[in-house]
Amino acid sequence: MHIMEGFLPAGHAAAWGAASTVCVAAGLRSIAKAVKANPELKMLLGVSTAFTFVLSALKLPSVTGSCSHPTGTGLGAILFGPLAMAPVSLIVLLFQAILLAHGGVTTLGANVFSMGVVGPLAGYGIYRLTKAVGLPSNLTIFLAASLADLATYVTTATQLAIAFPDPTGGFAVSLAKFLGIFAVTQIPLAISEGLLTVLIYSFIQKYSSQELSTLGFALTGEEERI
Amino acid sequence: MTSRVKNSLLIISVAALAIFPLMVVKKPVGGPGGNQAEIFKGSDDQASAAIKAIAPEYKPWFQSLYKTPSSEIDTLLFALQAAIGAGFIGYYVGYSRGRAKQNQAKPDAKLEN
Repeated sequence: MHIMEGFLPAGHAAAWGAASTVCVAAGLRSIAKAVKANPELKMLLGVSTAFTFVLSALKLPSVTGSCSHPTGTGLGAILFGPLAMAPVSLIVLLFQAILLAHGGVTTLGANVFSMGVVGPLAGYGIYRLTKAVGLPSNLTIFLAASLADLATYVTTATQLAIAFPDPTGGFAVSLAKFLGIFAVTQIPLAISEGLLTVLIYSFIQKYSSQELSTLGFALTGEEERI
Repeated sequence: MTSRVKNSLLIISVAALAIFPLMVVKKPVGGPGGNQAEIFKGSDDQASAAIKAIAPEYKPWFQSLYKTPSSEIDTLLFALQAAIGAGFIGYYVGYSRGRAKQNQAKPDAKLEN
């Protein structure tokens, strides 16, 4: 999902940068508010950040014969709401842009927007929706995390298709091409991310039930044993 | 299903999803002139190549400020990133299991404080 350095026209780069700046600022405010009210949430915030660090460093092979990586943002979006992951993604992407020449400073705004804004927003929305229709808890987490992952890559493909429409077929042809590169490759990785998120969430559910109830997660009998 | 069985199944599935492509995807035949075909390249690089195909006149207008001297250093930094994350998760797992155990041993610990 990293758009490489210099690969977005300046106007596009600036527009995505502006959009991301607003979201990162809002995210910082929402984190500060949550942590000020309940300092014990710092640990779970750290876990969400650490989860993103690990998952976005894992470049996994996919059935398309290329490699890509999960994003790990679904977990934090489920726990802390859709905005909290924007600053977290900024940290990860800045590290990779500056030290690894992976992504870039000029494309940072666009990359934060796909990974830190659209992905978490999709994950959070799907979590709320699947919970509302009464799907089992593990399935809601799985769907939210894997679709957050996929949404990020669909966003990257869309951003590139807007910037580089096909000279004959226009936006749609370009989008199909970029979706073929990003989204199809991502499907098995998104499934992996969903499974790993279920794994860590069930641990959090078991051992951090107090913090979860602070965040408004209903306690069931299973968790109250601890 | 106990949580241990469930967790093992989750981890095995993730491993299988990563190993399966390595076994199934065959390296494409090299091009003429002895060009080695590449496999399991990053999708980010493929996208950059697609941009060059769609808009050949487009020139990236900014270069990376710093490029790692070799792919070994890339690996180092990616491993560092994963290690920082995994280290913290390990700390959290140990901390919260210890806390749960302590609470079980002294159910009235909260009253004493």
